[in-house]
Amino acid sequence: MGTLVSLLIPISLLAVGYGIGHWNERRHLKSLARREEIYKDVVVTNWKRLPEGLSIESAFLCTGSVVIASDYFKTFAAGLKNLIGGRLRTLETLLMRARREAVLRMTKTAKANGASFILNTRFETMMVMRTRRGRGAPMVEMLAYGTALRLAPTSTEQDTSH
Amino acid sequence: MILSNIEAIPGKRIVRHLGLVGGNTIRARHVGRDIMAGLKNLVGGEIKSYTELMSSARAEATERMIQQARARGANAIVNIRYSTASVMQAAAEIYAYGTAVVVEDE
Repeated sequence: MGTLVSLLIPISLLAVGYGIGHWNERRHLKSLARREEIYKDVVVTNWKRLPEGLSIESAFLCTGSVVIASDYFKTFAAGLKNLIGGRLRTLETLLMRARREAVLRMTKTAKANGASFILNTRFETMMVMRTRRGRGAPMVEMLAYGTALRLAPTSTEQDTSH
Repeated sequence: MILSNIEAIPGKRIVRHLGLVGGNTIRARHVGRDIMAGLKNLVGGEIKSYTELMSSARAEATERMIQQARARGANAIVNIRYSTASVMQAAAEIYAYGTAVVVEDE
């Protein structure tokens, strides 16, 4: 009986993690796609130099960040995969979701402040492992930052050709 | 104070370089927040309290960098970089650094 209960707990945790985690991820991906569509008029680049032919009114630094946790199932699957090596696909999607969310938040701040162009976008990633009884649950902090440009009205029109 | 992470301030001309400035802060996680984060580790998703914690820490590091630049008489900071380090199991260091400059209108 004791062993059955001690087996049931992790199995139900895995099931909950898989079910809700999967649902959460799908919902997040949908919301990302929807919001990326809204902010697509802001040009995000990692150029260091100013593009030719833009008349710039002013510039400011803008950032966007997010902390996303992996779910119990993903952590477990990644742990297994770690033994045999290879692609950790579940963690790849986790990091890409975090990155897209960070860029979106940066873009949102830029647009809210009247900018329509971002230069020199950089990413900063921090993996936080919560170690509990020898098991680590990955959590990722993703920061995106860049220099946002407010363009003079005339150059924004030329810019739509991008 | 104008901030940018490229080597210039668009629309301005750099007249004087005042050297490297930076600011850091180390934040520890809160127990209450950690319990919520524990739950989130089961089902996945964004941990809003940590996002807020990290962005307020970053704002503080940036503010310290700005104070240092202001003390040197700068009116802008160029080439800003952020760096993060996990120093202990439950703490993170945020460091912001850049070059303090004096700029003029072109």
